[in-house]
Amino acid sequence: MPRLPIGDVVEAIVDFLLDNIGFIFDFINEVVIAMIMFVEGILLGMPIVVFAVVVMLIAWKAAGRGVAIFTIVGVFIITNVGLWQPSMQTLALVLTAEIITLVFGLPLGIAMAKSDVLDQTVRPILDFMQTMPAFVYLIPAVMFFSLGRVPGVMATIIFSMPPMIRLTSLGIKQVPEDLVEAGYAFGATPAQLLLKVELPHALTTIMAGVNQSIMLALSMVVIAAMIGAGGLGSMVLRGVQRVNVGMGFESGLAVVILAILLDRITQGFGTKKQNGSD
Amino acid sequence: MKIQVRNVYKVFGKNPERGVSLFKEGVSKDEILKKHRLTVGVADASFDVEQGEVFVIMGLSGSGKSTLIRCLNRLHEPTSGQILVDGDDVVAMDHQELREMRRAKMGMVFQRFALLPSRTILDNVAFGLEIQGIDRDKRRETAAETIKAVGLDGWENHYPSELSGGMQQRVGLARALASDPDILLMDEPFSALDPLIRKEMQDELLRLQSKMNKTIVFITHDLDEALSLGDRIAIMKDAQIIQQGTSEDILNHPEDDYVARFTEGVDRSKILTAENVMKKPITTAALDRDGVNTILRKMERHGVSSVLVVDRDNVLQGAVQADDLARAKREDLSVRDVMTAEVPTTPPDRSIRELLETASDTPFPISVVDEDRRLMGIIVRGHVLAALSRRGEL
Repeated sequence: MPRLPIGDVVEAIVDFLLDNIGFIFDFINEVVIAMIMFVEGILLGMPIVVFAVVVMLIAWKAAGRGVAIFTIVGVFIITNVGLWQPSMQTLALVLTAEIITLVFGLPLGIAMAKSDVLDQTVRPILDFMQTMPAFVYLIPAVMFFSLGRVPGVMATIIFSMPPMIRLTSLGIKQVPEDLVEAGYAFGATPAQLLLKVELPHALTTIMAGVNQSIMLALSMVVIAAMIGAGGLGSMVLRGVQRVNVGMGFESGLAVVILAILLDRITQGFGTKKQNGSD
Repeated sequence: MKIQVRNVYKVFGKNPERGVSLFKEGVSKDEILKKHRLTVGVADASFDVEQGEVFVIMGLSGSGKSTLIRCLNRLHEPTSGQILVDGDDVVAMDHQELREMRRAKMGMVFQRFALLPSRTILDNVAFGLEIQGIDRDKRRETAAETIKAVGLDGWENHYPSELSGGMQQRVGLARALASDPDILLMDEPFSALDPLIRKEMQDELLRLQSKMNKTIVFITHDLDEALSLGDRIAIMKDAQIIQQGTSEDILNHPEDDYVARFTEGVDRSKILTAENVMKKPITTAALDRDGVNTILRKMERHGVSSVLVVDRDNVLQGAVQADDLARAKREDLSVRDVMTAEVPTTPPDRSIRELLETASDTPFPISVVDEDRRLMGIIVRGHVLAALSRRGEL
């Protein structure tokens, strides 16, 4: 039995796309790299102390004193073991990916909540995106964007967008029917209904989506070191390759610290709104 | 004529016009559902509401009354028929005109209040004005005045979850009134409230209405509520209005057996039941928890000479008088020793006429209790007489 030419076909398709609409990928490349540089510039441009204080204040407001103290301790540990720069590089990738995820995920989630046809079309794609092993996304990312941070971010976006879309859609759908009726009964336009009734009501659920997608983004950004995304992931990788347990552990610890901070702060914003105390 | 409704149909499902024509051909609602998978929500509804009138649409659940009221502001799109508000055909309006009409002319109050949980009371009441694009200071000022009018001043900066059901519905009412619409659409506004609060809200609505003179379309499944609020009443059954008229018309000349059963045994003096006239007890004593001294202090504070005794689950156990408690204190007896278990009680649905006959000369008020003997409220002789005289019965 002859071997199916799956690999050859995919390669032909990728070549075709690159030859014919390569400028689109070039454009995306330019935009994403500019975003990464911008975010990284801010993070690494400010003194560590300023960063620590700003994040501490945000953490205090969102999640309370414990997390604020943890911020200071975490920043100290990361700086002390000399991982400040790779940590900020990783954070820049996560934030860039998350901004793009929000820009596309939020409207798509809202649209899915409003349109059954769209919902039924997108849902299987999301299932597919979520069941694929994370590593698989590295391959098309590399094919279209070669090696480096841009394919890292692209793979991260694909991996972390599904929960954002799903939870946005869920949050909007869960708005009680009588609130929607009340909005319309008082003469709201569909846009007013979205802004004044649906989004505020769905905010807790949407924030849960943001939280989940940030967590997924962080795990993916570390994996993306395999295609040259740099940051903490490359330190972990180097630790593994050189069987340097100490280095591997320190980088891993820095990832955990970032993860805890991002998780508590985004969660804090979500639950705070729910209580209506803010 | 403020509102004129002419032959309105609402059919749910694909190709709803077919449902209308089938119904007109005489096919029954059940058959249309079974054979054609179309649900007839409202069929051939016609009625007029005059300026300043309270028009009650009454029916059991599933009778189509909520669907009908939603056709008036097109939350449900009528399948066919005509709805005129101040002579303008609502059904023919485009989106923009419809929004203008909803904003300027119609306020709506919902059964489950439908308040926005993340907004303060003030901002909830200001919602309609905000939608109209009125600036922040102006709309908050108007909202604050409306909140005062419904008796909630001081609660402006609280959140809906901090308020009781009755208070939340006052907010719902204030929100509907804030933009000063001519018409109020009220979809079972008091059905989710417990009986005492419901009565209070009905009185409040009548009080406000005597000042405002709005045109009100009011939905209910409760005959007592319909009779006490409605200038005219329409009764719905199986998607159709089967009778409309004043309460006297409905009570004296029921159109068919269905209406007759609805109003069975109701004549003017029997309309009021124990539930309608009961009040909350000023204070009660908790058996085995309040000691003799505690109860005496409670009575002194509220200036009463006797008090009902309930257990932890609010089940009525008896009553006790101040004299007996004083004796218990002297002779070191417990509350159980001096209380009497024999207090007059009544179920909530007993008519006042019967109550007047049974009201004996015990020193205790009549306790209204549910089937588990839980205390719902009390009736003192004065309440009964006052309630009857309000209706011109005495």
